[in-house]
Amino acid sequence: MTATTPPVPTDEPLVPGAPPPGPLWLDVWSGIARNNPVLVQMLGLCPAMAVSNSLPNGLAMGLATTFVLLCSSFLVSSLRRYIPSEVRLASYILIIATFVTVADLVLAAGFPEISKELGPFVPLIVVNCMILGRAEAFAGKVRPGRALADAFGMGVGFTLAISTISTVRELLGSGSLLGFDVFGPRFEPWVFMVMPPGGFLTLGVMFLVMGWHIERTAKRAKEKTA
Amino acid sequence: MSGPHAAQAAPPGVTAPPSVPSSRLLMTLGLGGAFAGLLLATVYEKTLPAIQKHADERIAGAVNEVLGHPGRVETLYLIGDRLSRTPPTGVALREVTKAYVGFDDQDARTGVAVEAAEPGFADEVRLMVGFDPATRTLTGYAVLGQKETPGLGDKIEKDAKFLARFKGKVAPVKGVKTSSTDPGTVETITGATISSRAVIQIINRAVEQWQPRLLTFDKEGG
Repeated sequence: MTATTPPVPTDEPLVPGAPPPGPLWLDVWSGIARNNPVLVQMLGLCPAMAVSNSLPNGLAMGLATTFVLLCSSFLVSSLRRYIPSEVRLASYILIIATFVTVADLVLAAGFPEISKELGPFVPLIVVNCMILGRAEAFAGKVRPGRALADAFGMGVGFTLAISTISTVRELLGSGSLLGFDVFGPRFEPWVFMVMPPGGFLTLGVMFLVMGWHIERTAKRAKEKTA
Repeated sequence: MSGPHAAQAAPPGVTAPPSVPSSRLLMTLGLGGAFAGLLLATVYEKTLPAIQKHADERIAGAVNEVLGHPGRVETLYLIGDRLSRTPPTGVALREVTKAYVGFDDQDARTGVAVEAAEPGFADEVRLMVGFDPATRTLTGYAVLGQKETPGLGDKIEKDAKFLARFKGKVAPVKGVKTSSTDPGTVETITGATISSRAVIQIINRAVEQWQPRLLTFDKEGG
């Protein structure tokens, strides 16, 4: 707390803990791949399991979460100089909860069938730790442009992950994709795939593949430098 | 948080003096809350008509389904324990319990549909139950809301064969595990015994509760 510290940070590096500066595409790509919220950070696992029993549900959940993430990250970033750090978490939750309620109402008005299927899981986006995590770790410390790029990347990464789980579970568990019959009437659906065990199993296999991929890339990079 | 600026944080054990007055904290949250409230009120107002329209359509669709697409549907309103053709005044229509009476093209009554709900396996199961008040013969049921296990319990909504089994049965029905042609029994779904029983119980109670009301209404020449 030296007197020379300007009262208002005028540039990014002055914010403690701010992510290192980089090109915008890297902020986007980080959320999709290297820092995928579900597969690498292991955040937002609750919705990734609970509503991934069919692809329409997974996609709707992913898009609703992306919408909330974009809106809240933008607002958190724009208001970062006006929100005192003592009440920042309360303010973030207020912002997130507002947009979640908006998403819930719009979904109920525009897509009643999906809204009925998702049921209580849309309001629960409020407590998706991925969104509060991005507000606290990223959006509250950078320019709105970077915050949006990061939110977009994380949203796409989350949507991709939950859609992949949903695809596997719907295909095996119901024998259909997006509601269309795929395997024909002779296929006996693996009912447990649309139930919780199927979600755990699918997610576990995806963690395995992702972990193996990360390990392999790290090894190759090491070999290259050696 | 191990950047070059981490040293700015107060060392443990030392409480840094509050740098921001409480009034500003209160104002931030107060203003934020006010804006959020304003936004939510606006969105709620804008989406309410569409949401209510969907709810009404769902009810109307369910009534049509359980009464076998009647030519005309008349709505009766429950006031106290009496049914009336005229809606009560001073209450929002949405809040009033209703019965839907279906008539065919010859204006003969085909059945009555009522809403009923009870706990299922996971959450409340809400049904539209159709029956003939004079004979207690079921015309069918439709699911208005359920959160039963996907793939098992949700067959009470998605298994057309199960839904069709209720048509022509006479309440109160009993659930059995084998296929049945007896009008007093219905074959339950394998793997969804509790959900099936919930449906049967909802139907039985709805008929039991509504039959006297409807018969009284008939007798009084309503």
